[in-house]
Amino acid sequence: MRHLFLTFLALLWLALPGVAQTTEPTTPGPVAQILADNTALIERSSRTTIGPVIDALAASGDPAAAMVLDAWANRSLGLREADGTFFLIAESGDSYALRDITGADAGTAPKADITQLRPNAGVRGLIATALVQFQLADPDPAKRRVALESIARDPAPENLAPLRAAIANSPDPAMTRLERLLTLRFDPDPAARVAAIEGFGADLGLDLRGALNPLVATRRLAVAGTGAPESANVAATLTPGNDLPREEAYDILVAAGMAPARLTVADQRASLVANIADGAVGGIPLVQLDDQSARDRAYTALEAAGLAPSAATEDEVTAALAAHSFYDVYAEPDPDVTRAARDALDRIGMTVGAMQAADLGLDALSLASIYFLAAIGLAITFGVMRVINMAHGEFIMLGAYTGYVVQQVIADYTISILIALPLAFAVTFAAGVAMERLVIRHLYKRPLETLLATFGISIALQQIAKNIFGTQARPLTAPGWLDGAWVLNDVVAISYIRIAIFVLAMLFLGVFLFIMKRTRLGLEVRAVTQNPTMAASMGINPDRINMLTFGLGSGIAGVAGVAIGLFAQVTSEIGQAYIVQSFMTVVVGGVGNIWGALAGAAMIGGLQKGIEWLNPSNTLAAQTYMIIFIIIFIQFRPRGIIALKGRAAGD
Amino acid sequence: MKKGFLAKNPSVLIFLLCLAAFTLAVTLLSEAYGVSFLSTSFVKTLGKTLCLCLVALAMDLIWGYCGILSLGHFAFFGLGGYMIGMWLMYARTEEIVVQALAGGPLPPTPEEIVTGIGTQIFGVVGGAEVPLVWFFAHSLTAQLVLVVLVPGLLALVFGWLAFRSRVTGVYLSILTQAMTLALALYLFQNDSGLRGNNGLSGLQNLPGLDEVSQDALSVWFLWASALALGLGYLLCAWVVSGKFGSVIRAIRDDEQRVRFLGYSVENYKLAVFTLTAIIAAIAGALYYPQAGIINPAELAPIASIYLAVWVAIGGRGRLYGAVIGAAFVSLLSSWFTGGRAPDINLGIYVVKWVDWWQVLLGIAFVLVTLLAPKGIGGLFDLYQGRRLPDRKGADLGPDDSSLQEKEAVQ
Repeated sequence: MRHLFLTFLALLWLALPGVAQTTEPTTPGPVAQILADNTALIERSSRTTIGPVIDALAASGDPAAAMVLDAWANRSLGLREADGTFFLIAESGDSYALRDITGADAGTAPKADITQLRPNAGVRGLIATALVQFQLADPDPAKRRVALESIARDPAPENLAPLRAAIANSPDPAMTRLERLLTLRFDPDPAARVAAIEGFGADLGLDLRGALNPLVATRRLAVAGTGAPESANVAATLTPGNDLPREEAYDILVAAGMAPARLTVADQRASLVANIADGAVGGIPLVQLDDQSARDRAYTALEAAGLAPSAATEDEVTAALAAHSFYDVYAEPDPDVTRAARDALDRIGMTVGAMQAADLGLDALSLASIYFLAAIGLAITFGVMRVINMAHGEFIMLGAYTGYVVQQVIADYTISILIALPLAFAVTFAAGVAMERLVIRHLYKRPLETLLATFGISIALQQIAKNIFGTQARPLTAPGWLDGAWVLNDVVAISYIRIAIFVLAMLFLGVFLFIMKRTRLGLEVRAVTQNPTMAASMGINPDRINMLTFGLGSGIAGVAGVAIGLFAQVTSEIGQAYIVQSFMTVVVGGVGNIWGALAGAAMIGGLQKGIEWLNPSNTLAAQTYMIIFIIIFIQFRPRGIIALKGRAAGD
Repeated sequence: MKKGFLAKNPSVLIFLLCLAAFTLAVTLLSEAYGVSFLSTSFVKTLGKTLCLCLVALAMDLIWGYCGILSLGHFAFFGLGGYMIGMWLMYARTEEIVVQALAGGPLPPTPEEIVTGIGTQIFGVVGGAEVPLVWFFAHSLTAQLVLVVLVPGLLALVFGWLAFRSRVTGVYLSILTQAMTLALALYLFQNDSGLRGNNGLSGLQNLPGLDEVSQDALSVWFLWASALALGLGYLLCAWVVSGKFGSVIRAIRDDEQRVRFLGYSVENYKLAVFTLTAIIAAIAGALYYPQAGIINPAELAPIASIYLAVWVAIGGRGRLYGAVIGAAFVSLLSSWFTGGRAPDINLGIYVVKWVDWWQVLLGIAFVLVTLLAPKGIGGLFDLYQGRRLPDRKGADLGPDDSSLQEKEAVQ
């Protein structure tokens, strides 16, 4: 068998004479020379021994070095046993396709001929570091960026030199910034680090804060006596009981082995249980051990008898705390650097605070526009017509489901949204008109009963939607161009959907104002709401106007539903989430005035975000406090922020 | 000779007799004291229904008689439940913890017991400390006082704020709804100290009454609920029958005119609002031990709207109407949603009542509001042949009962 195999090999060798010839490099380059000189080392490479070889390869200046190193790290460098030549190998079937180390094609060879080099993780790490300088000098910007990202992810002092070399060759702002960041962390010269820190000014980048924070990291340290520890960069001196809780201070001592642990209730209990003798512990009968002072006495008796370890008493704790002094010590030894870093972080903190305020403002604005969008329909039906429409939330739901159904039919999200908006308006307009004709028309004189009747419609509509679409959330996907966010810097960002909703809200405001102030319909609506009898004698049909107004309010709710569905889950309860807030928006803002609704939305949105900022972990609490605030606010302005005056105010 | 209270209000006597007969009948048909015709769970349902009737009574007093459509009375109901639930849960857990610790080598200290209770109750929300709001939870008396005090004070403060600034009509309804929502959201938080959305559970087990079976307990609670309903009915009937009742009805019909006549409308409203909140809280305190569990979802604004639905369907402005409405709708609702109603096969579609009951209820509600504002109670008028004089216009309903549509001011 073996004989046959060898014959086959020989035949193969003979069959490829031309190829074998071209594999011989005419003049071996420095890389080939280095590889040839260190074959044994490379073949059995280990992290401790391979360093000089890799350095030599990296410093060789041979353009092939990068390729070879890269191939080596990726296990595609092979050694032909027969003559000790290195090849770049690629697996194809049960043989390897060979290229010599200058990249020229070198035919194929069976797997048995070639030893694939498998560097371990340590060696691969060394190779990767050496490769950095080649990648940084790569003419392809994408590869340069990848190299920079990998350094930024895992910065190390040894990256500094290749970075500087690369900058000397081809300056690049991203590269310079990274070099500065590495300098402030790793440069051996403190003055250079301070200069690097101060060079950033009040830059907002997360990467800068990430680099600065480790510099000012501190740890707690306890020292016997009162003198400050030698050779430590002290950040602050702490006084137990004042700026350091006594328990915490004592825990530091215990952890450092400088004081005995305090007795916990569980330890005491365990000791007592372990020393029960004749139904008593330390002379105290078990039945009496049902309160803490009796247990303390029993433990003291055990201590005196030497049956339990002595535990620190309160006096001992006080003495131990007095005998030690406590410090916060920087991990970074150089005080100049920490001072510069601290100053820089303070500067950044100020700017970040201002930017966060701006971001909060944007958040509040976007929440306000959502509330405004949800409430603008109500501002018409409730604000203008004084009809409480509890089914308003269900009209929002109807709009959102219309958007969903349109997306099922039309695959292109942009077109489907453009169709869904007017269709949602049409559907909810029709629903609103039908509801007005069938129900609300009969109840204009009985506002409280309108509330109840529309609530009946609300629960019926909700259940019908649940029966048709199920209880699980349906997706209403935004078009691709609304994905992502508009990023100003690392602090301030706002998603495009929210911008779109803001724009839509402003658009609605414009449309509403135009209809009310500039059209015949608006004139008639205002006339009918002020005095229906007089309007009727002027030739206006109040029935028709009421119907159209209600339809308009409902239709706008439907369009708002599509917009809300883009960022919220479309379920049968989507309207429920907004109905109470919408009513509050209208009531707080002032009934009967669109500017009031706008002011109300701005106030509720701003307030909610503001309270959330005070207590970010708990949005439920924010809503609770917001509602309480609104209830109190109503005390002082019962008619809302913008109250109608004169006869229009009605009752 | 002056006629007595019962003689002037024969309906009160009839109602009390009906209630007594009902209670006696259920007792005789129960598993514990009778022929085992009614299952224990059904006896519980009936007991709970009596509590719902009591809170509907409160709703009728504030809405049907005083004209304030409060969408917050179920929040008071839930608060009452929470107050009694705190004691039930604490005392029950204390029993369990003491029992568990008694097996240990050392008798437990009070601190250990409290820590054990804290871990048992608040483990689900990641805490072990007993929060400050549970300060009185160990004492039944204190918690019973709190059942009245907490909702009563809340209603007093809220009502004072709202009525003082002359918030009326639909604005007041929205404001009460906001209050309910705020309360529900507050209770939904884990750090509210009331176990967040887990709520309080295991309330059906009365501490210290382990040997009494649930069969007997259900009947006891039925008696207690019937007693509370009877007393509540008497109280409400007494409140609405006298001069006070006339004033609050007048406030409903024309608030301005009553104010000009020199009555302090705000104080009357505040008194009725607080009284009804307390009645609602007592009803809740009886309801939740029978339900066994309470969580913040029970307080959601929609529950209060359902309360209004019951009263509207039963018939506002008459006390027995509220009771009938609550009993009728809630029993029918549990019949439909319990899957016991037969499905209707339409050939192309099978109407499953579990899915369609809400739709039916919603539509029924619209129809009642539109066509029969007097609700089921209106049937008694037909029976008695009581007719209003024909004033050539539609009735404005119980809210504006003195005026016809044509006469109402624009």
